[in-house]
Amino acid sequence: MSEALRDTDRLDPNRKIEHRTMVQPGDAITPGTAGTPVTVKRYGPLARLNHWVVAFSLIALALSGLALYTPYLYFLTNLFGGGQTTRWIHPWIGVLLFVSFYVFFAQLWRANLFNRDDVTWVMRFKDVVAGNEDRLPEMGKYNAGQKFVFWGMSALILVLIGSGIVIWQEYFSVYTAIETQRWAALLHAAAAIVIILIWITHVYASIWIQGTMRAMTRGNVTAGWAYRHHRKWLKQLSGLRRKTAPQPNTTERTETAKHLGL
Amino acid sequence: MFMPNAPVGQPVPGFTDADLVKRSASTVPEPARKLTEVAKLIDISKCIGCKACQSACIEWNDTHPEMESFQGTYMNPHDLTPNMFTLMRFNEWTNPETDKLEWLIRKDGCMHCSDPGCLKACPAPGAIVQYSNGIVDFVHDNCIGCGYCVKGCPFNIPRISQTDHKAYKCTLCSDRVAVGQGPACAKACPTHAISFGTKDEMKAEAATRVKDLNGRGYANAGLYDPPGVGGTHVMYVLQHADKPHIYNDLPDNPKISSLVQAWKGAGKFAGLALIGFAAVASAAHAVFAGQNKVTKHDEDEGEALTGTDA
Repeated sequence: MSEALRDTDRLDPNRKIEHRTMVQPGDAITPGTAGTPVTVKRYGPLARLNHWVVAFSLIALALSGLALYTPYLYFLTNLFGGGQTTRWIHPWIGVLLFVSFYVFFAQLWRANLFNRDDVTWVMRFKDVVAGNEDRLPEMGKYNAGQKFVFWGMSALILVLIGSGIVIWQEYFSVYTAIETQRWAALLHAAAAIVIILIWITHVYASIWIQGTMRAMTRGNVTAGWAYRHHRKWLKQLSGLRRKTAPQPNTTERTETAKHLGL
Repeated sequence: MFMPNAPVGQPVPGFTDADLVKRSASTVPEPARKLTEVAKLIDISKCIGCKACQSACIEWNDTHPEMESFQGTYMNPHDLTPNMFTLMRFNEWTNPETDKLEWLIRKDGCMHCSDPGCLKACPAPGAIVQYSNGIVDFVHDNCIGCGYCVKGCPFNIPRISQTDHKAYKCTLCSDRVAVGQGPACAKACPTHAISFGTKDEMKAEAATRVKDLNGRGYANAGLYDPPGVGGTHVMYVLQHADKPHIYNDLPDNPKISSLVQAWKGAGKFAGLALIGFAAVASAAHAVFAGQNKVTKHDEDEGEALTGTDA
């Protein structure tokens, strides 16, 4: 360990951890050009691509799964080209979701570690629902609700792929006892319901909190949004920015590049 | 020999939708005519293990079981397959009371339960049906090959074909029964170990057989018509009806697994209700709380904090 780093640690023991857990590689403040507001980069192109692969596979899985979950929704098999196709395509979409989600997981997990502020956030959940953010602690890149969504999805996708493989009739039915498959079928259905509930919360929150969706489309948010919802993250980003020498805007040269958050 | 041509242009006789009492993943109206309940009675004490029933089954249903290797037992093939709807399961059992060897040869196959677990588990409308005479049939046009019937069945009967991805099992020769014939296996059996008729007749027949067996030292002989699945339309006469499990794991008290009941019963409605509640709650929140918007104050503070003055 170098002298310099030890010095930094002594000065502020929390700093290093906070930086690692709140600000992620690629997060940056982008000055506005020609009268547009200052934006803050939140997700790079690959993270966004990954998010949408996960999103579309999750929706396809929910539709094809619900079709087999209850006779009332069996008509949804028509979306996939009939019952037989729904039966074989569902597990393969599951594999796609599992792989793409866990790439995404590797990118995001550090920023989703829980800290003390999350406890306060949960204790004041009433204010969260009411939108009284001035009564909540300043948040890092993610608040406790977002972290619950993240870890909930992470755990349930493991349960779903595990139980799903057990009931994947075509390739894996010979490896387990029928009683095991019954447990797996029940668990798979229950986990699917919970993940759909989480998904509803996730989608609703992104609509309810105005200006959130652009984080996953353009990749950036406005400084005002960041100030209101993730102030600690914004403060750290601006702190970092002041520390390092002002960077020339090499990548945000054009309006289009800025719009796409490249 | 002169063989007249088969009649053409006439409807093929058979059971129709009007005969259904149960249909998977859907409901059917009460049928106008009720067929007499039928049953196949398999008297294990009369079985000599000749497998004529297996051959007759293969021939009538035109299946093509694969050639397999010798497993050190008379049982062949090694298990039920999508091409083998019935199987003689051989068991050499030593009776602890008499210290004598007994051949317990059980003709395994679909039991045609009154309360069929396969039908309860099936997600595809009309892939599994039950006629008013008690026969449970798979309708392959509607089958999607998911294997839920395998999990629903308390007897481990359905098999999924890896060729066409559809489920197969004994049909109780529903196509023969529809024209007044007995199942192919019953017709082929040389010792009358397999009989076929109305369920009442078969119960009466079983009663005389049980009495006969009682008189010959089988005190626990009895009829296997398990009430846990509402009775079956394939019944066994067992020499040792007090312990069905010695007949190659015939379940002592079969019933639809409580896991399947939870999965296919209350669980369905609870799950849908939760999803519906979440959707309604979100909508209600949107109406009453309104959107969480960034204020002018937030914007100014944000701009100040990110200070483009650098």
